Amino acid sequence: MNLPKDLRYSEEHEWVKEEGDKVRIGITEHAQSELGDIVFVELPEVGDEVEADEPFGSVESVKTVSELYAPVSGKVVEVNEELDDSPEFVNESPYEKAWMIVVEPSDRSQLDDLMTADQYKEMIEEE
Amino acid sequence: MTNLKRTPLFPEYEKHGAKTIDFGGWAMPVQFSGIKKEHEATRTTAGLFDVSHMGEIVVEGKDSEAFLQSMLTNDIAKLQPNKAQYSLMCYENGGTVDDLIVYKIKDNDYLLVVNASNTDKDFDWLVKHKQGDVHISNVSLDYVQVAIQGPKAEQILQTLTDTVLEEIKFFNFRSDVSFTGIQHKAIVSRTGYTGEDGFEIYIDADSGQQLWNTILQAGEPEGLHPIGLGARDTLRFEATLPLYGQEIDEEITPIEAGLGFAVKVDKTSDFIGKKVLLQQKQKGPKRKLVGIEMIEKGIPRHGYHVFSEDKEIGVITTGTQSPTLQKNIGLALIDSKFAEEGQELIVHVRKKKLRAIVVSTPFYKRS
Repeated sequence: MNLPKDLRYSEEHEWVKEEGDKVRIGITEHAQSELGDIVFVELPEVGDEVEADEPFGSVESVKTVSELYAPVSGKVVEVNEELDDSPEFVNESPYEKAWMIVVEPSDRSQLDDLMTADQYKEMIEEE
Repeated sequence: MTNLKRTPLFPEYEKHGAKTIDFGGWAMPVQFSGIKKEHEATRTTAGLFDVSHMGEIVVEGKDSEAFLQSMLTNDIAKLQPNKAQYSLMCYENGGTVDDLIVYKIKDNDYLLVVNASNTDKDFDWLVKHKQGDVHISNVSLDYVQVAIQGPKAEQILQTLTDTVLEEIKFFNFRSDVSFTGIQHKAIVSRTGYTGEDGFEIYIDADSGQQLWNTILQAGEPEGLHPIGLGARDTLRFEATLPLYGQEIDEEITPIEAGLGFAVKVDKTSDFIGKKVLLQQKQKGPKRKLVGIEMIEKGIPRHGYHVFSEDKEIGVITTGTQSPTLQKNIGLALIDSKFAEEGQELIVHVRKKKLRAIVVSTPFYKRS
């Protein structure tokens, strides 16, 4: 299980990467593996506000629809448009090509509530 | 998942990396290598399915034909031994008890293959209406059922038997088929649930694992893959074969679901549900199952509501992104007034209202 140490993780299986005053968000390798072949990704638009623990989009596999939950609140400043045509990136490259949105957090203290790679690993092993 | 029933092939799933799920009380493999890959393998080479969860019910005794004629919508009067037939059982109101395949072993000796989750219900329904010299037994646990489906199915299976498979035509079967290294004989029919050519094989439960492994080993060099229920569902959906609980259920009649070909209202004997089904055949049902294709981006799913402008006209029964066609398609049970090909509809995809169009079915037909 690939869990980069420089990322933070949410209970809803999103990863968060701090990039200066912004954060990049995607779903974990574990999440994509549980979902199976991803065929559709629905994301917000640049300028939309997302709220921590609330859905900001969805991913659909052949069989199911799953909500994506925002790990932090803030304004969406970038969206990965490539996932529109290549949703399979979520399976192939969850931490690189399949980043989903970049957010300008409104409350940086929310980042402290996220898990480290080790904590997240422990959580999924208990599932 | 500890209280789930397991087929005799359960120990094999893990060897091929299966993910198992609760399917109607059974621990079944939903996928092995991945739904899309398995789907494609079945369309292009061949796939092997464990479908031992399906129910098998024997109906025998000298009044069996007459009894089944009164229970089933299709006509078995002309069915010859070694031939099978798709049929349905209905309630008085025309709603569907189950869809099934009847195998005529010999005169007044039939094997009914029914949906796993309906097996007990079907058995009770048959017993409740039993008339004359008829003996009904649920033999589901006696059998392992595997399906081999795909363009290379016959070629692979032929390497394991002296029975000339080419001679078994569509919906025919043989019940004395021997496979290399396996002592017991099997029933082999040219039937399936994928839209591809292929066979379904019934063998005694104790021989099941050996049969599964023998076929897999023989087929692997040709590209045979084990296939889970996920791909089984997308395959049958593209071929527009109904799934009980989605396209048909106790509230949906076979006529509404487009299965009129298996409802013989002209057969000599009366059968349960005939009055309503005859009326629907003559006048046309008020609602109909149609194929739809999304015009706007989004995937229709079971249970999503369908509208024409602001008027709700029906519901999606099955929908997904078709792995073969790469289109977002669905089956929808809608008001017949809107069922013409080319009709534009609106599907409520969670919070969005997305445009779709009625298209012809089946979505996929093998060339």
